[in-house]
Amino acid sequence: MGPILVVAEVAGGSPTPLTLELVSHARTLGDQVAVVVLDPDADSVLPALGAHGASQAYVGREMAFREHLGQPAAHVVSALVDRLHPSLVLFPGTQEGRDLAARVSARLQLPVLANALDVTSEGEAFLVRTAIFGATLDVVTRTKARSPLVLVRPKSFTARATGASPPKTEELLLPADAPLGARRLESVVAPSAGPGLEEAKVVVSGGRGMQEAANFEVLEHLARQLGGAVGASRAVVDAGWVPYALQVGQTGKTVKPDVYIACGISGAMQHLVGMKGSSHIVAINKDPDAPIFKLSDLGVVGDALKVVPALIEELRARGRT
Amino acid sequence: MKVAVFVKQIPDPTGVGRLDPATYLLVRDGAELVMDPGDANGVEAALRVVEANGGEVVAMTMGGERAAEVLRKAMAMGAGSALHIADDRLRGSDALATARVLAAAVKRSGCELVVAGTESTDGYTGTVPAAVAELLGWPSLTFAKALEVESGTVRIHRQTPAGHDVVESPLPAVVTVTGAINEPRYPSLRGIMAAKSRPLELLTVDDLGIPPGEVGLAAAGQEVISAAPAPERAAGELIEDDGSAARRIADYLAELKVI
Repeated sequence: MGPILVVAEVAGGSPTPLTLELVSHARTLGDQVAVVVLDPDADSVLPALGAHGASQAYVGREMAFREHLGQPAAHVVSALVDRLHPSLVLFPGTQEGRDLAARVSARLQLPVLANALDVTSEGEAFLVRTAIFGATLDVVTRTKARSPLVLVRPKSFTARATGASPPKTEELLLPADAPLGARRLESVVAPSAGPGLEEAKVVVSGGRGMQEAANFEVLEHLARQLGGAVGASRAVVDAGWVPYALQVGQTGKTVKPDVYIACGISGAMQHLVGMKGSSHIVAINKDPDAPIFKLSDLGVVGDALKVVPALIEELRARGRT
Repeated sequence: MKVAVFVKQIPDPTGVGRLDPATYLLVRDGAELVMDPGDANGVEAALRVVEANGGEVVAMTMGGERAAEVLRKAMAMGAGSALHIADDRLRGSDALATARVLAAAVKRSGCELVVAGTESTDGYTGTVPAAVAELLGWPSLTFAKALEVESGTVRIHRQTPAGHDVVESPLPAVVTVTGAINEPRYPSLRGIMAAKSRPLELLTVDDLGIPPGEVGLAAAGQEVISAAPAPERAAGELIEDDGSAARRIADYLAELKVI
């Protein structure tokens, strides 16, 4: 059997948390874990990848991998998969991971499974668990292909270091005739949207039920009182009320705080998959039939615009300014 | 220029979805079927490109007979013509097979720009547009919250976790758009009437030159083996706000030692 191949992502000179989750989990699926790292900073992340269980690294250091969207990476990853015949390829379920997996799938005519929450082995095949319909239905899919491609959602696995040494490396070069495709000209960083939505112990999230952008101020106040961060549903991000950095859900961030407080969020599937793993969920919504109440530990049928300010007062009375 | 836009008919996303217990395929009978809300943003974006540059929008879908309704809607919004790939042999096609079919349809249409939603609201796979781009050998510019086409160059603002990237490529290209890119227009009465006489071409896999063995359920590279209700969270308490809800929430937060 071929190795388990993990596509690594680098941010600010470190492997992303999701990358370490994938490498750690890959150890439970096969004897040999290989990683492919395509980034000018690739070398700086190899010790961490080794420490989490990667014994072999395929490294591409060219600037094109960072400057161009998808195509250069797809070129070399496809060639690598074709050569190694990995028994499974794990991709991070990020924007980049999705573009790359799609292209490798088309190039090698290999099927791709997205939004995996768990992957286990069953003989030579793999069982991939996903959740659909607002995370109310668990679906298990068995792979049939020689090298199935699987996109994994963040926080599905726990990163665990084994303390092993850095992996053996082999350099991958982009052929001169490889098409580069779309190019990043500039990266614009939006003004900071508050610290650590993904690390916060408490997340206070708002949706359409907050009525207008200005009302997010009360959510910020509540989040401050609880030492937490503010999140949002896709609907209000698309409406331009808050920046995309606050979006929780399928195409936004995945959060697993101790307490998630959903204010005026009905609970579209897109949102639920990003917060379902929270330890405790409090929901405030006018509609008693809102799907969010199926997940909540404490549900309040009421107007978030009344309940949240009242809660701020109540917490103030209990000494939380 | 000709701009293709992918549209998909899905069960109303505000309703409760169902899977056929025998085939694990989505149950469409009885569900209200609508244009995927994300696709309306795609149609709007494509129309604006054509309004600025001249040309025509061609709406494309793969789906059963009723899927023609979303093509009529796209044409009512302003698309000039439509391609409907309808073939019973396509039932159960996975993302890769869908991409094969749509790529072949784009090639046949002579379009030099494809606009699509970032992902469907029923399946959320989100790999079809980039796979189409790869099959065509085209660049893909994904997660656009702004799109501009000028003298053969396409430029987008690509949504990123930190803000946005400015991304550029020559045509031909595939672009995916987020819901933040625009506010889709409503079809006007005149548009709805005009859509009835615009050309809607029906195609089969044979018309596209795709071997039937490469599409449909049998060609899928994986099989669903079970679908079961997700483990329920511990039964939650549901209260009506009679003015005391804030106190109850504060008590709950105290129980959890958050305060």
